[in-house]
Amino acid sequence: MAGTNDLHSSPVIVLENLVKFFGRFAAIRGISASFAPGRLYVVLGDNGAGKSTLLRIVAGLMEPSQGSFTLLGTKKVREVAHRVGYMGHAPLLYDELSGMENLRYFAGLYGLHNDDAGRNAMQMVGLDPQLGRRVGQYSQGMRQRLSLARAVLHDPELMLLDEPFSNVDVRSARDMAAILGKVRDQGKTIFVITHQAPLMEGVADEFVHMSAGQIVSREEVVRGATAESAVRTTR
Amino acid sequence: MSTLGVTRATLVKDLRMEWRSKDAINSMLFFSLLVVVIFSFAFNPTAEESRRIAGGLIWVAFLFAAVVALNQTWARELRNQVLDAYRVSPAPPNALFLAKTLGNFIFVVVLEALMTPLFVIFYELRSIGPVWQLIVVALLGTWALVVNGTFFAGLSIRTRNREIMLPLMLFPITIPALLAMVDATTSVLTGEASPDFWIKMLAVYDIVFTAICLLLFETILNAE
Repeated sequence: MAGTNDLHSSPVIVLENLVKFFGRFAAIRGISASFAPGRLYVVLGDNGAGKSTLLRIVAGLMEPSQGSFTLLGTKKVREVAHRVGYMGHAPLLYDELSGMENLRYFAGLYGLHNDDAGRNAMQMVGLDPQLGRRVGQYSQGMRQRLSLARAVLHDPELMLLDEPFSNVDVRSARDMAAILGKVRDQGKTIFVITHQAPLMEGVADEFVHMSAGQIVSREEVVRGATAESAVRTTR
Repeated sequence: MSTLGVTRATLVKDLRMEWRSKDAINSMLFFSLLVVVIFSFAFNPTAEESRRIAGGLIWVAFLFAAVVALNQTWARELRNQVLDAYRVSPAPPNALFLAKTLGNFIFVVVLEALMTPLFVIFYELRSIGPVWQLIVVALLGTWALVVNGTFFAGLSIRTRNREIMLPLMLFPITIPALLAMVDATTSVLTGEASPDFWIKMLAVYDIVFTAICLLLFETILNAE
């Protein structure tokens, strides 16, 4: 359960003085931190704070300019790629294919060759696997849901989600947040970048605040008997 | 996640998407048709002259038409940043390259199969040498175009003017293969010389460049 995880178990991510330059601009400025497993982290910060860059580095899409990081106990991201799910800012889906065709293809990349994983993932995010419509004709909310399904279809231990609620109506966003809470309760570690912090109030274990390429504070949520009795403690 | 399995899945996906959109094949057909018609009016050659110039005309038409398809290859992966989904997966990078190359090979071979009868009609082409040799040249030559083309199209996806960058990088490196294709085709059509040397050269070119592209593709896929 959230808030009752063993914080002394080996961290899923350890960042060691991570720096990323784009030309002369430092998007990430010496971040060192570690993150325990089985928790839902909400990463907050203004545009340009370095949130997406940090997530892309951890996902293995970008090399850090300096420093290093350990992901699920290894420094080689490819070794643990099958244990990580990534949802980008863009949907990462083919417009010309249907939802199920997209998921079937991406499941194949993870060595899953039957439709069960795709079907379950679509059902989990509230989409109909039978829907034959091409993704190009989906609404923005449906795309985001399908994108989340793509990120979770191989049942990853660690999920890196970059603004999963952008352009999604409030009700769908709440549903998605609740889904993430359930996934975390199954022992998964989830990082969510969002500008809609209130959506995550009931399910987050920790709020990580970023500014100007650095983690400026971390607020742990100590949950009581009810979600309403949650208390934030800054460290 | 075997290379073969992912290659097949990616190839099937690309063929399905092309079948639905017909982006590449329509553009290639239109371009080649334009070349055939314009050149046939411009030259109006006799059958003998046709045999001498057709090798060059055919391959220039196919080369430029192939560039259209090659530019489309990675455009689909950039829309919605789908390439990132592949890059974060444990799938082997070379499987993506092989699937893209095979897909382009199929598109260009289909184009050649559709356009060759038109070349024969418009230029009154009759081959003096054996036709099977033309087929060998066509297959080896097409592979030479698409293997480098797919690689350089991949290399240029993150550049601002990728449509311009591709021919700038591809054409110089394709010159040896293009010479071999043109000379081999002319040799077969006229029957004046053996195309064996050029066919062997094409085969060696294909093997060398396929190996180099496979070795380097992971680096360019992850370059950011």
